[in-house]
Amino acid sequence: MNDALDVALRLLIVFVVFLTFPLIVGQTEHKVMAHMQGRLGPMYAGGFHGWAQLVADGVKFAQKEDIVPTGADRRIFQLAPAVALLPYLLVLLAIPIGPSEGAVGQVLDAGIFFVLAVMGVSVLGSLMAGWASANKFSLLGGLRTAAQLLAYELPMLLTAASVAMAAGTVSLPGIVDAFHWWWLPWQIVGAIVFFVAGLAELQRPPFDMPVADSEIIFGAYTEYTGLRFALFLLAEYAGIVVLCGLTTVLFLGGWHGPWGADGLGWVWTLLKSAILAFVVIWLRVTYPRLREDQLQKLSWTLLVPLSLAQIALTGVVKVVFL
Amino acid sequence: MAPIPGSGLAKGLAVTLRTMTKKTVTEQYPDTQPDLPPRTRGVIGLFEENCTVCMLCARECPDWCIYIDSHKETVPAAAPGGRERSRNVLDRFAIDFSLCMYCGICIEVCPFDALFWSPEFEYAETDIHELTHERDKLREWMWTVPAPPALDPGAEEPKEIAAARKTAEKLAAAQAAEAAQVAQPAQLAEAAPAPEVTEAAQTKPAEVTQVEPVDPTEPPEGQS
Repeated sequence: MNDALDVALRLLIVFVVFLTFPLIVGQTEHKVMAHMQGRLGPMYAGGFHGWAQLVADGVKFAQKEDIVPTGADRRIFQLAPAVALLPYLLVLLAIPIGPSEGAVGQVLDAGIFFVLAVMGVSVLGSLMAGWASANKFSLLGGLRTAAQLLAYELPMLLTAASVAMAAGTVSLPGIVDAFHWWWLPWQIVGAIVFFVAGLAELQRPPFDMPVADSEIIFGAYTEYTGLRFALFLLAEYAGIVVLCGLTTVLFLGGWHGPWGADGLGWVWTLLKSAILAFVVIWLRVTYPRLREDQLQKLSWTLLVPLSLAQIALTGVVKVVFL
Repeated sequence: MAPIPGSGLAKGLAVTLRTMTKKTVTEQYPDTQPDLPPRTRGVIGLFEENCTVCMLCARECPDWCIYIDSHKETVPAAAPGGRERSRNVLDRFAIDFSLCMYCGICIEVCPFDALFWSPEFEYAETDIHELTHERDKLREWMWTVPAPPALDPGAEEPKEIAAARKTAEKLAAAQAAEAAQVAQPAQLAEAAPAPEVTEAAQTKPAEVTQVEPVDPTEPPEGQS
């Protein structure tokens, strides 16, 4: 009985985090982007500086008609948003935010494998949407998504492997436990590659060619409207939360603060993730979209070699000095 | 020196971050009114006391959006045996702001300073017919016309003030001459008509300054 309650409570907390954090990131994006462009952003919804803008957006989306195009593959079309969104919920379950047993939804021994594999599934949602929509632009978007997944999954896996090598474990809490401050300079290249590849996998600007609203009118999401479209958007922001959490756990030492163990581990994790989320928004505001070929070039000629070099460095340091 | 690779990327990030710390340029318009300069072309006000129904504005209007109706009234002779005078009385003055293109030619062309720009701009209507503002509404706009901005320091004196000052100086000189003449009682008989002349000189420039006191930009001669 007690176990069931414990599990239910954990699931509930993870679910609440899954529903609120993406909205907080989204609202922050509204505001940060506005101010970076000399604007104010939403100011009315909710009364105080438009804090309820995304709630209002959600209400609007919920009111819209749910349309499935005539030529679309109906079931796949309707399933795609869930496939895009749910993997992030599962990943969130495995990300530890504090050192104790209670600070993680579910301790997994093969945490990295689970997390990366499930995150890859999420991209399938866009792929399904692109194929099932029976729309040229959607198909183009879906193909771009596939190409992007292929190009960026590799450096992401390689850099994650580098961290796993350094820690000698593939368990996420185990990796954070093994963290020392000097991992930061040691794994810095891997961290940057992981973060950039993660951004590309999330199709965030400047890597948003699969959605590229000005070229292929939102790519795979062209035919979507209402709640299903909102789910795709939510998936993007849930992806930001997950990516920032993962980068924090793998490369930035998770709950380790600069003054050692101070009982505020989860605060450190959240703070680092928040800063990374800000960087995600910052990059979006600053850089224009890459061209499709530039995107592929960046991955294959820069990120993959860099991640291989990082693995080599990790291996050498691990064998020679430790 | 060759730029460091990636310095452009860093520069871009710096720009956005710096912009974020600066004050935003957003005007929160319905909540706060915009700060408009006094010459703003918002709406046209009519100072109907100055209007002589000369129709110049209506004729010059490129859109033909000014409607003027008037009739003549006869004014009885001021002095017995004099001639009756006729004058124009304004019956209707309307500007159709659904046609107006805010060129301001009517205001420029008015020789009697009866039309003015007002910065008020919130007069949208749901019915296009209500955009034709009749004279009472145009008169209401007149109250919103701000005073003309002060001249730049060191600017040339406005022409009508210069003219008024010149006549005042002339008058003062004439009065001084008269006083000098009064001081010489021997020439009293010859100086007798002098006060009438100075009185005439006094009333005439005073009238001139009363008729055209408003616009400092208008040359005193009017049209070329």
